[in-house]
Amino acid sequence: MLKAVIARLRQGHRTIKFPSAPPPSLPDRFRGRPVLDGARCREGCRACADACPTGAISLEGGRRIDLGKCLFCADCVAACPEGALVHAADYRLSASRREDLDVELEKSGPLLASALEKKMKHLFGRSLKLRQVSAGGCNACEADVNVLGTIGWDLGRFGIQMVASPRHADGLLLTGPVTKNMELALRKTWNAIAEPKLLIAVGSCAISGGPYIGHAETDDGINGFAPDLKADLFVPGCPPHPLTILDGLLRLLGRIEGEGWPPKR
Amino acid sequence: MIVSVADFASLTNGTSLPLSKIPTLPLEYFTNALTAGIAAGLRISSYFGMAGGPDAAGAAAGGASSGGGAVTLYALLADDEQNRLLVARAKVEGDSFPSIAVACPQAQLFEREIAEQYGLIPAGHPWFKPVRYQRSWTGRDAWGRKADEPILPAVGDFYRVEGEQVHEVAVGPVHAGVIEPGHFRFQCHGEQVFHLEIALGYQHRGIERSLIGGPDKRSLHYAETMAGDSTIAHATSYCQILESLSGCRAPARAQALRGIALELERLANHVGDLGALAGDVAYLPTANFCGRIRGDFLNMSALFCGNRFGRGFVAPGGILFDCDAARIDELKLRLDAAETDTSIAVNLLWDTQSVLARFEDTGMIDMATATELGLVGPAARASGLSRDSRRDQPAGIWRFAQVPVSTCETGDVFARAYVRWMEIKQSIQFIRDRMKDLPGGEIRARPENLAADSLSVSLNEGWRGEACHVAITDAGGRFARYKVVDPSFHNWPALARSLRDQEISDFPICNKSFNLSYCGHDL
Repeated sequence: MLKAVIARLRQGHRTIKFPSAPPPSLPDRFRGRPVLDGARCREGCRACADACPTGAISLEGGRRIDLGKCLFCADCVAACPEGALVHAADYRLSASRREDLDVELEKSGPLLASALEKKMKHLFGRSLKLRQVSAGGCNACEADVNVLGTIGWDLGRFGIQMVASPRHADGLLLTGPVTKNMELALRKTWNAIAEPKLLIAVGSCAISGGPYIGHAETDDGINGFAPDLKADLFVPGCPPHPLTILDGLLRLLGRIEGEGWPPKR
Repeated sequence: MIVSVADFASLTNGTSLPLSKIPTLPLEYFTNALTAGIAAGLRISSYFGMAGGPDAAGAAAGGASSGGGAVTLYALLADDEQNRLLVARAKVEGDSFPSIAVACPQAQLFEREIAEQYGLIPAGHPWFKPVRYQRSWTGRDAWGRKADEPILPAVGDFYRVEGEQVHEVAVGPVHAGVIEPGHFRFQCHGEQVFHLEIALGYQHRGIERSLIGGPDKRSLHYAETMAGDSTIAHATSYCQILESLSGCRAPARAQALRGIALELERLANHVGDLGALAGDVAYLPTANFCGRIRGDFLNMSALFCGNRFGRGFVAPGGILFDCDAARIDELKLRLDAAETDTSIAVNLLWDTQSVLARFEDTGMIDMATATELGLVGPAARASGLSRDSRRDQPAGIWRFAQVPVSTCETGDVFARAYVRWMEIKQSIQFIRDRMKDLPGGEIRARPENLAADSLSVSLNEGWRGEACHVAITDAGGRFARYKVVDPSFHNWPALARSLRDQEISDFPICNKSFNLSYCGHDL
């Protein structure tokens, strides 16, 4: 018992102050969204698009990248013969609409999800209970969602909590590309949540299928599973950094607005 | 005639053989030889089918697409005493092959997998059910299901105990908590569990099917996400396959840094699991401390490559990110701090009687059962099996640097927790030693074309046990078959077994003491 008390004293208070203070610093090699210096592109070069494992980069009709498909791997940056592509350091990557993730490859700056409309914000802004479903997730997105519940991040202080029963939930947080074998369970879980409810897609798999885009065994994420369902928040990454997920959730609830804290390097 | 594995071809981890050097045995002799080999102390590392006869690993044969023709079975046995792997094959002409599962329970899941993927019936299999609830690759179905009949996960017969006071508890696929899906069916008498059966397959994403025809630009990303918490183990196994098939050697510096990354992966997961075990017995100090410290280890992986799970670190031919002196110094500082924190947090467990009372004598797997089931990793070592592919089947850095193998005898939750703790200390020491004399030079070579008509084997001891990859190339040097065995594939049956005669409330700690991968099993 005494040892536990001493250990507790040594441990101290370890919860981050964010968002009332700057976020914890990210590793210097953090791979945010790829940003292109288009002036350096060689005529007709397709190296980045050809290297992309998920076809996230398109060069026809303007150079664009779909961050919903992006694995934030190092492949395009490594393939560029001119070194014109770099990973931005910004962790702010969440979007409120799927189409907002399709961005110009040359334009930098954060993605900023917008807050829920007034009524929904009133309902969920100070208390949001989420049922998480992994439907083919590789346990990386799941792990970094779980991390938000540890003392370092303490998601509970924002009134956000993961709950066991969909009947207790205000929304569903989906990870994984939605495997065919999880379709029924996912649908039943979603239907068991009372209206009004939120849908949050975390990770490139849940948004687009990620590395499994086009597999007959999966649905290519939430849109393929239920094209009529409109998710309220998309958090890209493979997996997204916990800070990216937290930033998205807090923006959704209107706890952070505008630029928020500038990214620290 | 004496049946033995004497005819099998022998190779070591991280090497290849031309297919012509792999003996093709008569089917009956082949399965008898497997039984004999396992009885003599070998274990199954991999056992799988491939469409086509043994002479045609050709592109057209491709593991996935051909019709109801011949299938060749390949078996890879680990001879841990001799640090070698034995391989042989046999052609199946008809619709079935002899099951060895009654004599060798460790084969049972492999046989069901072959049945599911190729539509072959393992004759005499004692519990013949699907593994992942997927459609066969050959158009032939081992259960006689029609092509338009839906295949629903976990739908089918379960082992049942009948009786007035016996009841059944069904859990999942969606569990309480942020974890992956699976279905658990308990046969209970009051609180006592008579039997647990586990049905998986919900996470099936078609990885093996999609690897055929590769390597391509997605292959490495499949490896990184086979079991996303074992990114380094699987990515390294994949890269070693390419290196061995192309005769390219990853530079010494890359091999050492891969080793460090593998141990960081082990540290993060072992620390996290000890915390979760504490949480499951409501001992909150360790649960809370370890949850945070786990993040410290993940952040050390991110220090190397920018990603907490090591995505993008390992690449064919070496690694993508080098480590300068400043980074090494930073890692040393962080490792020291995390070691102190971990030590304080984890030692609380061993000082707390209420924790030990829950861990001890719970979920026992004795050594004989562990041997019979062919367990790997910390689960095997906790049952007293001195089995670790870093020592027994060394490749890469493990040929030059050894980690003492940590074992326990009791095979209970305590043993599986304590083995993790001992491994945490060994991993930290290993990383320190490597940082002291990190080889200089390049970090990446470039693997060129892969050898045609060859078989390559690669194992890495991930934190759950060996991640075994076997690749077979066609005449053009493309993957005609790529077989992945995640350590969880060996160990899931042990979790089911550990619940026998336990209280149903012991399930969470039994489960967490193994902490097996759903996606690694389902692929």
